[in-house]
Amino acid sequence: MGRAMFEVKGLRFRERPALSFSLRAGELVCLSGPSGSGKTQLLRALVDLDPNQGEITLNGAQRDTVPPPHWRRQVALLPAESRWWAATVAEHFAVIDEPRFDNLGFGRDVGGWQVERLSTGEKQRLALLRLLANRPEVLLLDEPTANLDAASRQRVEALVRDYLQETGASCLWVSHDQQQRERLCDRCMILNTDGQLEPS
Amino acid sequence: MTTLSIQDLSIAALLVVALALVSRRVYPDLARQLLVAAARTAIQLTLIGLVLKALFANVSLLWVALLAVVMLAIAGREVMARQHRRFAGAWGYAIGLVSMFISSFSIALFALVVVVGHEPWYQPQYAIPLLGMLLGNTMNGIALALDRLTQSAWEQREIIEARLLLGHTTTEAVSGIRQQVFRSGMIPIINAMAAAGVVSLPGLMTGQILAGAPPVEAVKYQIMIMFLIAGGAGFGTLAAVHLAVRRLFDERQRLRLDRLKH
Repeated sequence: MGRAMFEVKGLRFRERPALSFSLRAGELVCLSGPSGSGKTQLLRALVDLDPNQGEITLNGAQRDTVPPPHWRRQVALLPAESRWWAATVAEHFAVIDEPRFDNLGFGRDVGGWQVERLSTGEKQRLALLRLLANRPEVLLLDEPTANLDAASRQRVEALVRDYLQETGASCLWVSHDQQQRERLCDRCMILNTDGQLEPS
Repeated sequence: MTTLSIQDLSIAALLVVALALVSRRVYPDLARQLLVAAARTAIQLTLIGLVLKALFANVSLLWVALLAVVMLAIAGREVMARQHRRFAGAWGYAIGLVSMFISSFSIALFALVVVVGHEPWYQPQYAIPLLGMLLGNTMNGIALALDRLTQSAWEQREIIEARLLLGHTTTEAVSGIRQQVFRSGMIPIINAMAAAGVVSLPGLMTGQILAGAPPVEAVKYQIMIMFLIAGGAGFGTLAAVHLAVRRLFDERQRLRLDRLKH
């Protein structure tokens, strides 16, 4: 395993105890914990979407010195439910990376599809592609496969693993699925009800 | 000009009362609001009539300025009251107030000094009605725009945050909302200008004609007022939307809906 590329020191949000952890390049870490323990809040704090205090560095660069849009491209969060603001899929992408679309089971014409007609699974897979188009260095995935069928889930898992291997990015994956965690993770962390991180 | 008696006004008032009575059953809240608003019209206009009478009797910049400030302060309060989800604290009041000050006030001043050019420029017969019309219309535009902006930001918070998460700037994240909001602030005056003369005869012109002024002179005044109002409402709405969008996000470009009153 490589050096620590993403380091979190004394992160505080919503009057919870300070959290510290780090991710190494290429590492896939699973995060679990009872609902309400603040997993989503933790991810939101990491991308600086909610007010928080603490020191976060990516490849040695302090978060506070990086303009927020740039930070959110490098440290990318996939929320549990995706949101779409335009009518067609293509309007949400700067460029369409065709091989990736093929791998997730989409045809060439997907750009012209109406967002309204997408299924939950299709939306989630397209949201992941939309996020990866920014070439993030850290992926924060909030239960990305919770609403997907087995086939879609495998595709998403393979896509994320390939992306990490190809780019050396690291990933924090929130999952309630024990088998999925065993299948995917290099290591696991648990956020307990006291808001503290513990290894599992 | 034919003067109106108290009886004449009472007959007109009966119309409002009749409407309130008829709609009382189905729209009880609205009937009450209607009566309160009608009462406010009668009382406020009577008071301003007395104030203007006193003001016209002794022309002084100090008194004109004082009345103007009071009108502005009340307009600011009105903008705040019309918002469903306004900004909490002093911001809720200040955004509307500042926007109206920089648009209505400066445009009224400009019109009085440069366009009307009466001596002295603060002659209350001109200054107060002009400012009143500008403030009233600017207030409507700003109130509509701010209400729509804060409401849309609240309803579409997940979309705004989804865009921030993809690395969009705050400006990009609210671009769609901003378009609609500015439009809703400007629509009343655009419609008024488009329909002026062919559907509606605007109030100022009608008033001058009722008072016996030659129609063509009244029309010239009305055209000027329409343009001033368009400028006042437009620049005021631009300023208000700009300030409000800035307040919706913080220095780390986070959407801060906690700054709205819940």
